[in-house]
Amino acid sequence: MSITIDVENLTKSFGTFTAVDNVSLHVDEGEVFGFLGPNGAGKTTTVRMLACLISKTSGRATVGGYEIGNSSDQSKIRAMIGLLPENVGLYEELSAYDNLDFYGRYYKLSIQKRREQIEYFLKMLGLWDKRDDAAGTFSKGMKQKLAIARALIHDPKLLFLDEPTASLDPEASKTVRDFILELKKEKRTIFLNTHLLDEAERICDQVAILKTKLIATGSPEDLRHSLSNRKVRVQLELVDDAVTGAVKTLGFQIAEKTNNSLVIIVNNPEKENPEILKEIQTAGGRIQFVTEVGSSLEDVYLKLVRGTE
Amino acid sequence: MNLQNAWAVAAKDFKIYRKKINVIRASIAYPLIVAVLFPFILNYSIHKETPAVAATLAPSLMDSFSIWFLIGSVIIPTAITSYSLVGEKLQKSLEPLLATPMTDGDILLGKTISGLVIPVAAIYIGSIIFMALMDHFTQGVLGYLYYPNWHMGAILLVVPLASLMSVEVNIIISARVTDARSAQQLGALLMFPFIGLYLAADLKIFPFTNTNLLILAGALALIDLAFFFVSKATFQREEILTRWK
Ligand SMILES: Nc1ncnc2c1ncn2[C@@H]1O[C@H](COP(=O)(O)OP(=O)(O)OP(=O)(O)O)[C@@H](O)[C@H]1O
Ligand SMILES: [Mg+2]
Repeated sequence: MSITIDVENLTKSFGTFTAVDNVSLHVDEGEVFGFLGPNGAGKTTTVRMLACLISKTSGRATVGGYEIGNSSDQSKIRAMIGLLPENVGLYEELSAYDNLDFYGRYYKLSIQKRREQIEYFLKMLGLWDKRDDAAGTFSKGMKQKLAIARALIHDPKLLFLDEPTASLDPEASKTVRDFILELKKEKRTIFLNTHLLDEAERICDQVAILKTKLIATGSPEDLRHSLSNRKVRVQLELVDDAVTGAVKTLGFQIAEKTNNSLVIIVNNPEKENPEILKEIQTAGGRIQFVTEVGSSLEDVYLKLVRGTE
Repeated sequence: MNLQNAWAVAAKDFKIYRKKINVIRASIAYPLIVAVLFPFILNYSIHKETPAVAATLAPSLMDSFSIWFLIGSVIIPTAITSYSLVGEKLQKSLEPLLATPMTDGDILLGKTISGLVIPVAAIYIGSIIFMALMDHFTQGVLGYLYYPNWHMGAILLVVPLASLMSVEVNIIISARVTDARSAQQLGALLMFPFIGLYLAADLKIFPFTNTNLLILAGALALIDLAFFFVSKATFQREEILTRWK
């Protein structure tokens, strides 16, 4: 059976307030799916519905082929998934080893299997030497890693990670990201909540942008390209009035100007760039370099998120 | 409800209590004081040169002292139960637990076991010490061994039922407060009905005869059942995640 997630018109209301509105999405097996959105967008609420922690208000969703909200499927879904919640929720008084060991028991793993799994993950995350230390003494990054190991103890093929790098320093974030990529190599399906665009861009195959409603989905690249405005940077020996005048007469906007470069907003660079360059040369400009200014996922994100306000 | 699952939840709590010795200390101190202090008081009173108490009154005093185990059975579980639940709330450790295949009922049962076992065991052990010391001190004047007897047997039957009620009430209270102290204070209010019973016994309105203790046990069993349904209604995954503050 394939480990996919299918969501159709999923909605969650708390009283009269709608936190997640009509969301539809699909996550393929083995994919890292980035669920992006500002604070309060409904990311955690969505994950909680998919992990069968809270009920849905309407719509439907299947996780690994099982239906959320169907009471006999719930325990199957929970047995199949691993969850890293927004708050790690470790047993602070217990050692790292015991934290994992009890979760192994909750999933009914044999003592032998628990030992193997714990050793494997703690070594992989560089926490093996600290296995007997109380989790409460760990740094944030170590806690986060331990909680990820806890989510993996029963070897789930599907993982929900709710902001795994939130409040980590760049180094710890990188370790966690590298670990996620490692998990991806093991063909696990990963549903990743984040508000860090650059993280999504680096590790996700697909992203969806949520703000109560879904505002966009696609690969990070597709989304970047979906911005109709693209930019081209032209570097010249000198930018003078003749050059800027030439660009403006063609009807293009200049986004940025220094004394030796121009960033011009274009709609269709393949067609328009030759025209622009020809005019600049005619106006006496000496062109040194021409480069595309890629719009980042951040541009797309901000544009889309602000667009809904 | 699955006992193996529930036991795993309780075992986690026991491991934590082993590291947080002050949590159990409170549970052990009370029965130990009752078990040791009262026999020595009695011994002192009946063996003084001019005895404050006639030896023939010893049995009724022993019965009366032993009721303190009953009162303890309501007070003692408040500390442990509220610590364990409010602790989980503060550490936010219920969410990952609820994401496992464990059912709400398994977790509730686990929490009930972990709240019940230590207080009841402490009282049982305390009562054995109490009986041994009392026998040791009174055998000479009474000419027979007063303990074990049905009266203590009836008390020890009521103890787990009263503790269970206390655990259940504390689970319900802990769902609504955020700090262990206020949970304990509210939970401790439960002892007032029992102190009322103690006074009623003293005034001979409801003396702690064996029959009355059995009636009390029956009533507590019914109350436990009622609170079980209330605590089960309180302990719902969605409630815990979205409404427990
Ligand atoms: N139990 C609840 N009762 C009422 N409203 C809630 C509840 N849980 C969440 N909400 C609301 O639903 C909205 C979505 O919350 P959610 O936690 O899912 O957002 P999020 O995208 O995870 O945000 P963040 O990035 O801050 O974690 C918020 O406005 C929040 O206040
Ligand atoms: Mg969130």
